[in-house]
Amino acid sequence: MTYDFAFDIGLAGLLLAIALWTIAARAIFPAIVLFMIYGLLVAIVWVRLSAVDVALTETAIGGGVTSMLLLGAAARLQRTNVATEQIGFPARIATGVLCVFVSAALSFAIYLRPDVVQTLAPMAKENLSESGLGNPVAGVLFVYRALDTLLEKVVLLLALVGVWSLAKDQAWGSVPGFRVYAQPSGILVFLAQILPPVGIMVGIYMFWAGANYPGGAFQGGTVLAAMWLLVMMARLQDVPPTSALWVRLFLVVGPVAFLAIGLSGFIFAGSFLEYPEGYAKPLIIIVEATLTLSIGVTLALLVAGPPERMPQQ
Amino acid sequence: MISATFFGYCGAILVGLGLFGLVTNPEILRKILAFNIIGSGVFLLFGVIARRGAAAGLDADPVPQALVITGIVVAFSATAIAVDLLVRLNKETGQTAMSSDDPSTPANKGSPGGA
Repeated sequence: MTYDFAFDIGLAGLLLAIALWTIAARAIFPAIVLFMIYGLLVAIVWVRLSAVDVALTETAIGGGVTSMLLLGAAARLQRTNVATEQIGFPARIATGVLCVFVSAALSFAIYLRPDVVQTLAPMAKENLSESGLGNPVAGVLFVYRALDTLLEKVVLLLALVGVWSLAKDQAWGSVPGFRVYAQPSGILVFLAQILPPVGIMVGIYMFWAGANYPGGAFQGGTVLAAMWLLVMMARLQDVPPTSALWVRLFLVVGPVAFLAIGLSGFIFAGSFLEYPEGYAKPLIIIVEATLTLSIGVTLALLVAGPPERMPQQ
Repeated sequence: MISATFFGYCGAILVGLGLFGLVTNPEILRKILAFNIIGSGVFLLFGVIARRGAAAGLDADPVPQALVITGIVVAFSATAIAVDLLVRLNKETGQTAMSSDDPSTPANKGSPGGA
């Protein structure tokens, strides 16, 4: 218990220090690298809160893909020599006071425990067996709140449409830039050759294990995306043109399968997104498998950015 | 259970820190970064609620956990759009930072709005 307590204190101290440093760092590159470390520390906090599914998502997204996106942007920005206008000292103090108030108010809200703790855990657990799943979080994502999950995937696709829309007219359908990283060195190429077979297996395992243990389509898909990005960064394979048919098919196959199974619920089970009795588990596996592919391709293309150049000859 | 509340305070402080960065740093990319820190602080507050809802043999209420997972994905989507909007803005005007609200002191070169 005391060891646990000491660990928690150390973890929280480190987390807050890194967060403060991320905010205070002068240059953008160190700030992003610190943010990457921050994401990993937050993931450990999630483990301490017994939320391993969230921890995996936070590691993959918070620590991984978001930092990569920000690094890519930092490299693409053309800096002018105009001095940026800093906010004045009095305003800084006033903001500081405001932020302390916000933190204090939130802390107070956390301190005031409700007399009766509201929880949906018993209900979630009770009906879980009908779906054939063993992981209650997957149960919420794919059975009780399947509509949220479906719409979340649509949000991802909409974000990609939004990013692509930022391309110049003549570049529509061409290849995303994604040439901002350093020339591939021997180490990068070596890693890009040796990691993907392992990474692809880990990604598929995370999706497969997600039915009964922490993991799932999103976490697995992110690992697949990371592997693909690594291969493209090492320039072992070029980024595909955004107009390629297979790219478009991979992007929509997950949401379309989900929607089709959801709609078939009208006929076979009586309502939208309801699974027919006895078929819940295989249907969820189909949805998750196709979503893993779609998520992998969508995330990688979100990081690659808007299309801007012609394919290489 | 003590540690759950403890990390709740952590989340509350992170929200404050992120808010400070969002307001005081004029660089847009830094603002996006700070916004993500606010987001993770808010998610941690949710995590505390989930942990407090431990019941029926589960260590934490799965519903807030699923909400947070969805939230992380949506936050990432928004970040991706924000980042690419910034890159495009930078291409058009050379701007990387927000200028002051006061129209009499243009902070950056380039003509705002005249792409």
